[in-house]
Amino acid sequence: MNNFIKGEKHDWEMVIGLEIHAQVKSNSKLFSSSSTKFGSSPNSQVSLVDAAMPGMLPVINKYCVEQAVKTGVGLNAKINNYSVFDRKNYFYADLPQGYQISQYKYPIVGEGKVTIDFKDGTSKDIRIVRLHLEQDAGKSLHDQNPSKTYVDLNRSGVALMEIVSEPDIRTPDEAGMYISKIRSILMYLDTCDGNMQEGSLRADVNISVRKPGDDYGTRCEIKNLNSIKFIKQAINYEAKRQIEILESGGTIEQNTMLFNTSTGKTRPMRNKEEAHDYRYFPDPDLLPLEISQEEIGKIKSSIPELPDELKNKFIEIYKLSNYDASVLTAEKQTSDYFNESINSDPELKNHAKIVVNWITSELFSLLNKNNLDLNNSPVSPENLGQLIKLISTNEISGKIAKDVLEDMFSSGKTAKQIVDEKGLQQVTDQGEIAKVIDEVIAENPKMVEQYLAGKDKLLGFFVGQAMKLTKGKANPKMLNDILKQKLNKKN
Amino acid sequence: MSKSSLKQTLKDLDTKKISIRELNQDYLKRIKENKNLNVFIHFSEENVLKQIDNLENDNSAKKLKGIPIAIKDLFCTKSMPTTAASKILENFNPTYESFVTQKLLDEGSIFVGKTNLDEFAMGSATNTSFFGNTINPLSKENEPLAPGGSSGGSAAAVAADLCLGATGTDTGGSIRQPASFCGVVGIKPTYGLCSRWGIAAFASSLDQAGIFSHNVEDASILLQSIAGFDQRDSTSAKVDIPNYFENLDDDLNGKTVGIPKEYSIDGTPMEISQIWEDAIKVLEKKGVKIKNISLPHTKYALPTYYIIAPAEASSNLARYDGVKYGFRSDEIDSLDEMYENTRAQGFGREVKRRILIGTYVLSAGYYDAYYLKAQKVRKLIADDFNRAFNECDFIVTPTAPSAAFPLNEKQNDPIKMYLNDVFTVPASLAGLPGISIPFGKDKNNLPLGIQILGKHFDEQQVFNAAVSLERSYE
Amino acid sequence: MKINKNTINKIARLSRIKLDDKESEDYIKDLNSILDWVEQLNEVNTENVEPLSNISSSILPKREDVSNDTNSSEEILENAPDKLEGFFAVPKVVE
Repeated sequence: MNNFIKGEKHDWEMVIGLEIHAQVKSNSKLFSSSSTKFGSSPNSQVSLVDAAMPGMLPVINKYCVEQAVKTGVGLNAKINNYSVFDRKNYFYADLPQGYQISQYKYPIVGEGKVTIDFKDGTSKDIRIVRLHLEQDAGKSLHDQNPSKTYVDLNRSGVALMEIVSEPDIRTPDEAGMYISKIRSILMYLDTCDGNMQEGSLRADVNISVRKPGDDYGTRCEIKNLNSIKFIKQAINYEAKRQIEILESGGTIEQNTMLFNTSTGKTRPMRNKEEAHDYRYFPDPDLLPLEISQEEIGKIKSSIPELPDELKNKFIEIYKLSNYDASVLTAEKQTSDYFNESINSDPELKNHAKIVVNWITSELFSLLNKNNLDLNNSPVSPENLGQLIKLISTNEISGKIAKDVLEDMFSSGKTAKQIVDEKGLQQVTDQGEIAKVIDEVIAENPKMVEQYLAGKDKLLGFFVGQAMKLTKGKANPKMLNDILKQKLNKKN
Repeated sequence: MSKSSLKQTLKDLDTKKISIRELNQDYLKRIKENKNLNVFIHFSEENVLKQIDNLENDNSAKKLKGIPIAIKDLFCTKSMPTTAASKILENFNPTYESFVTQKLLDEGSIFVGKTNLDEFAMGSATNTSFFGNTINPLSKENEPLAPGGSSGGSAAAVAADLCLGATGTDTGGSIRQPASFCGVVGIKPTYGLCSRWGIAAFASSLDQAGIFSHNVEDASILLQSIAGFDQRDSTSAKVDIPNYFENLDDDLNGKTVGIPKEYSIDGTPMEISQIWEDAIKVLEKKGVKIKNISLPHTKYALPTYYIIAPAEASSNLARYDGVKYGFRSDEIDSLDEMYENTRAQGFGREVKRRILIGTYVLSAGYYDAYYLKAQKVRKLIADDFNRAFNECDFIVTPTAPSAAFPLNEKQNDPIKMYLNDVFTVPASLAGLPGISIPFGKDKNNLPLGIQILGKHFDEQQVFNAAVSLERSYE
Repeated sequence: MKINKNTINKIARLSRIKLDDKESEDYIKDLNSILDWVEQLNEVNTENVEPLSNISSSILPKREDVSNDTNSSEEILENAPDKLEGFFAVPKVVE
C-alpha cells in the first residue's frame, strides 16, 4: 500500500514535518513569577519582566526545566546536560522585549522518536529533531477596534516547548495521529494540559509535495493550527494547491501561510517579513543551563507509565489486541479509568475484553450523548466494574446491563442497587427456563414444524419469545441450550 | 571650598554637630548655584525637602541616614522619572525601584537628583545626552571641558560637591574615565557584585553599577551599601560582602603589583606616563614588589568591546518601541511606521550608530566573523588577566589616555572617541574590579587618574592599594 | 566597502529605524570605518578558543514555580502611550 495521491498527470507524495508548540503546565511563567492562568482579564497577569520594563531581568523557572526534561524522556530523546538560551530578535506588537528568549544552537532535548499505531496493527516511527524551551508571545487582537490592534500580554512569557519532527510524515492522517500521540504523551506526563482549543497545544505544519522517489520539494509553512481537524484540512488543501501549481508547470514559492478555518483554504501571510534574520545570540542576562545526570535520573524516576509501555503491559497482562490496547491508552484518563475499573474486583481480570468494550463503546457513547468527559463521568470506574461483574457472573444479561448502565448514568445509583430494586437478576433456574420454553413450544406448533423442517433461522424467534416472557432476564446461553435440546427431542 | 567627606559627615551627624536638614540645605544651595553645569536631568528641591521631612520623623538608626546622594539617570527610581538621557524614555515614571537605589534608600540616604549621562550610557563625554552636555566643574571660565562619560553627571556632581557620593554604571569605563576627568574617586566593582535589576541595560554582559566619591574611604563605605546578591538578576554573584571600610589597610608591604607593558601606548602624553611612573615609585617605597607583566591581547580589547557591546545593545534597546512606555512618534500609519519613526526620532545619533553596528555584526553571514570572533578574543583577554593575577595581587595603569578635553572638541570620528576607553575596556571585558583615583595633574593643572585593577571579587585589595596611594599623594 | 546603501537599508529595517538619505550616507561612512578598524581581530588566532558570553562562573540560578497574583494591569499600563479597555493599543495590523 502506498500513500500517493493521484494528480492529473501522475502520482504525488506529501512530505510533512510538524513544529508543535506545547505550553508547559506550570503555575508561573518561564522567566517571571506571574500566573499562567488562562482567560483572565487583559494585562492582569503581566509582571514588569513580561512587559519588558527597562532594567528587568529573566530568572528561570526550575519546574519548567524539569517539565521539559520529563517530556524529553517521554519522547525517547536525548537530554542535553548543557543547553543555552538565545535571543531571537524581531519586532512585533505582542513581543514586548523585541526578542523572544528561545534555544537555538543548544536545545535542552535532542533527537528522539515517537511511534504511531495504525488500525491494521502496523506502526511507524516519527523521528523528533529536538525539543527546546522558549517564551510564548502575548496576543494581538485585530478585530476589537476598527483602527487599532489591541495587545494583551497575559500570555507573554508563558513557557513553551517547541517539539520539532523530521519530515517523516506522509499523509494528513499520519499528521493527525502524530499530534494525537504527542498530546497523549504530554498529558500522561502532565507537562502540558493538551487543550488545543485554548491554544495550549498548537502546531506549525511544513509541507511539500514530490514525485515518489524524487528529492524534497520546496516547502510552505502553515502557521498556528489549533485542532487536528484543521491540521488535516490545511494539509489537504495545501498539497492540492501545490500539486496544481506544479502540474501546470509552475514552481512553489517558499512561503508562510495562514489557514482560514471557515473557508478551509490557505493563503500567504499578507505582511510578509522580508527575509527573516533573527540574529540569534546567547542571552547575556542568563547563564548556560546545566543539568546533571543525577538530576535527570531523579526526574526520570518520577515519570509515570507512558502510553506505549502501558499498551504493551495491557496486551501482556490482559491479552488485549494491539488495537484495543492502543485505544485504551490513547488518553490517560481512559487508561486510568480502565485500571481503576478492572482492579476494583479481582474477578474482573479474566474479563478484560468485556471491560474494554463497556468503556469504549457503551460508556463513551453515553458520555458523548451528554457532552461529558470521562473525567466527569457520573458512573465511577468501581461502579462500572461492579456492573461488569454482574454480567460476568451471569447475574444479569448484557442486554439488561445496557439499561442498567443508562439508569446508573442518570440516577447515580450503583448497578446492584438498580438490579435489586427492579428485580432484574437473571433467571438461571433450569426448571424455570424449561417451563417457559415448553410454553413457547406449545403456543407455536406451526413454527416448530417449520423449524424441524429445516428452517434453522426460526431459533431466534423462539429465543425472542422466551425472553419476552422472562422480561429479558433469562440467561441467554441456558435459554439457547435448553431450547435446542427440547426442539431436537421433538424430532 | 573644602569638601567634607562622607566619613566626616556621618560623624558630624552622629554627634549632632549638624542636622540632616542643615546638611542638605547646604547641598541644595550649591546645586542651585551650579545649574549652569547641567549636572542633573531631574532635580526637584521639593522632592529633597520631602525626603528630609520623612527622615526627621524616622527614629531608626540607618547607616547613611540623611546623606545626599546623586543617582545616574539610568537607575529606575519610583520617586523621580527615569530617562537614560534619551527622548525615547520621555515621561517614563518607573513603578519600581532599582536594587541599588533601593539599598541606598534603605540605608536612609537622600536622593538629590538624577544625573546626566550619555544617552543609554553610550559615550565618553556626556555629550550624547538628549538633555544637553554636562560641563566639567573644573573647566576654566571660557573653555568648558567635558566631564568624561558616560556617567559624567555623577562625576561632576561629586566634583562640584553637589552630593557626598553618586551612583554610576560602567560598561567599558563609564565610571573610571569620568572620575579621572573630574578628579574624583570612581569604582567599578566585579561584574555581578551589584545587581543590575532596575538599571536600563546597555550591554548586559558588561554593565556594572558602581560609586563616585570624594575619596577612597567614602567609596568603600558606599560600595558596601549597594553590593549584594539579588535573586532577580541571574548574573548576580552569591558572595559575602566584607566590610571594606573597616578592613581598609594601607600597608602594602609584601604585595606584588603588576605593571602591564602593553599599556605603554604610542602617543600617550608624557604627563600620563609620568604619573604612572610616580605611582609605581610610591608603591615601591611602600615595600610593594614591582612585577612587569604582559597582557598580550590588550590591543584587541577595544575592537572586541565595540563588537560585543553594540551587539548586546541592539537587542537590549529593541524594547523601546513606543508600545509599552516612553515616546511614540505621531507618524504612525502602520505598526512598522510607528516602530521606525518612534525609534528614528526617539534615539540620538550615537545610539542609532551602535544599534546599527550591533545589528550588522549579529546578522546572518556576519555573526561568526564578528560577534563570535569577538567572544573568542574576549576569552583570550580574560585569560591574560587570569594568568597575570597568578603573579601579582593587583595591577596599576593610567585610567585614561588624556585629561579632560574641551567640550566642543569635534568628535566626528567615532573611533577616536572610542580610544578614550583604551585603558578601562580590558578589565570590563574580563569582569574585573577597577578603581580610578586622582593622582597628579597635567600641565593645565587638570587632574589625571590612576587605575587599580584587582582579582574577581577582591575589591578589598583594590581599595587597600587605592587608599595607600591616595594617602601618600595627599 | 562592507556597507553599501543596500546593507544599511537592510540593517536599518531590521533595527526598525527610519533613515533619511543624509543619515544613510553618514552611517555608511561610520560603519565602514568601524568595521575596518575591528577587522584587526583577524590577526588573532582563535582556533580552539571557547567563545565567552558571560564572565560569571556561577551556575544559572533557578526559581521555584510560585506565581504571585499581585500584578495589576493599571501598573503595567501606567506609562503606555496609547491604551484602551485594558489593552495596549497600536496601529491596526493586517496579517
